[in-house]
Amino acid sequence: MSLITVENLSVKYGTNFVLKKINLEINSGEIVTIVGPNGSGKTSLLKAIIGAVQPAEGNIDLKSKLKIGYIPQRLNFDKTLPITVERFMRLTEKVDKNTYMSALKTAGVPETSKSQMSSLSGGQFQRVLLARALLGSPEILILDEATQGLDQPGSAAFYRQIEQVRQNTACAVLMISHDLHVVMSASDRVICLNGHVCCEGTPSAVVSAPEYQELFGAGTEGALALYRHDHDHVHEHVNPSE
Amino acid sequence: MTRATLAGIGVALTSAPLGCFVVWRRMAYFGEATAHAAMLGVAISLALQVSIFGGALLVALIMSAVVTQLSGRNYATDTLLGVFAHSALAVGLVIVSLLSGVRLDLMAYLFGDILAVSREDLTIIWGGVALIFALIAWRWTPLLITTLNEELAYAKGLNPRREQLILTLSLAITIAISIKVVGILLIAAMLIIPAAAARNFAKTPEAMVVITAIIGVCSAIAGLRGAYIFDTPAGPSIVCVTLVFFIALSFAKMLAKK
Repeated sequence: MSLITVENLSVKYGTNFVLKKINLEINSGEIVTIVGPNGSGKTSLLKAIIGAVQPAEGNIDLKSKLKIGYIPQRLNFDKTLPITVERFMRLTEKVDKNTYMSALKTAGVPETSKSQMSSLSGGQFQRVLLARALLGSPEILILDEATQGLDQPGSAAFYRQIEQVRQNTACAVLMISHDLHVVMSASDRVICLNGHVCCEGTPSAVVSAPEYQELFGAGTEGALALYRHDHDHVHEHVNPSE
Repeated sequence: MTRATLAGIGVALTSAPLGCFVVWRRMAYFGEATAHAAMLGVAISLALQVSIFGGALLVALIMSAVVTQLSGRNYATDTLLGVFAHSALAVGLVIVSLLSGVRLDLMAYLFGDILAVSREDLTIIWGGVALIFALIAWRWTPLLITTLNEELAYAKGLNPRREQLILTLSLAITIAISIKVVGILLIAAMLIIPAAAARNFAKTPEAMVVITAIIGVCSAIAGLRGAYIFDTPAGPSIVCVTLVFFIALSFAKMLAKK
């Protein structure tokens, strides 16, 4: 069953189109990952789906009363806003202690409940965000680059957690990711975005698609290129495609 | 003296929730600049001989609306605030000086004149307290969610722009009712210092607001008492006490950590 149907969606900021004529569908229970270079409109697409930006054209149809569990990239606060994990869990949903404790267990961080949000490690923090998103028994989890700031093993572990949650709750997952190796292992479907949908399909089909290779380079080099993408320093290496 | 104390307590109470949001949302400069702009409102009110509450409220609102609309286009918010708010302050001061026939004590508006608070002023101040408490209590959870993450708020079906508007409106009201008590130049201090002091020992947002309110009210009472004893200006005296709280609590926190 389709949870989210995007038809002919265009989004523009000022006169610049960041997304043009996007069509896609997310079905219940599937894990879909959106990949694309910086500025390809990945975040804008998620924002349009949750209603944070208005489409310039096209339609976004959500299944009626669709329960979305949204996991933001980060929260806009540091140490200025004191808040315990417990209080944060009760912020968006009126739940009792048993409910939020079991959500924290599902996300793998029951021991943090009394801690300050600002004192958590990156991995714990993302798991608390995941636990909060699980509280409303969502039909779909939406993650905006949820593993930014985690190291490779950290983000791999986090995505395994997501997969496990999907197995236990059968909710769909829509996420943006830079980590191609994770995309390969955890997704049912990959959508490659660059202002428009370049290609989509199973992870292996997308990686071998010419449109994808043009964006990210070919073969294993592609995964590396994507990974290096985020580095702020340059390694000395010879790239055969240059 | 009773009226002054009641006025001080009222301002301390309204400043508590607003001050916390100002600290959380990093709106300190926004608060300060909007307060300075209120001088234009005071000047216009004096020229037209209407209540300064109304004038100050209106100018503070217009200022924040203009800045919110224009920010992010060609200038950053703080640049726009610097341009508009401080020109409003300057224009206000010039207008006041041109008003002949009115004997004005400019100091009273810049630094407050809490001892001259009338019964009518007191009604307005406590009306403002009630209104702001009602507004913030009603929107408390949505305001917190919006402060943490706007997209999260959208995903929960909230409208962050509306929440921002409620906050801006409350801030304008707080500024308008604080002018008589601490004066235009020190309103931001009443917003920021008690909240910053409270941060040291608060574990939840709610606790931070309560501690901020307690610090604010104690400062108002102690500051007025001190002003009476040492014959110092009331507004600055109150702010000095908040600073003592800030320093004491920051030290206590450092010691508690060791």
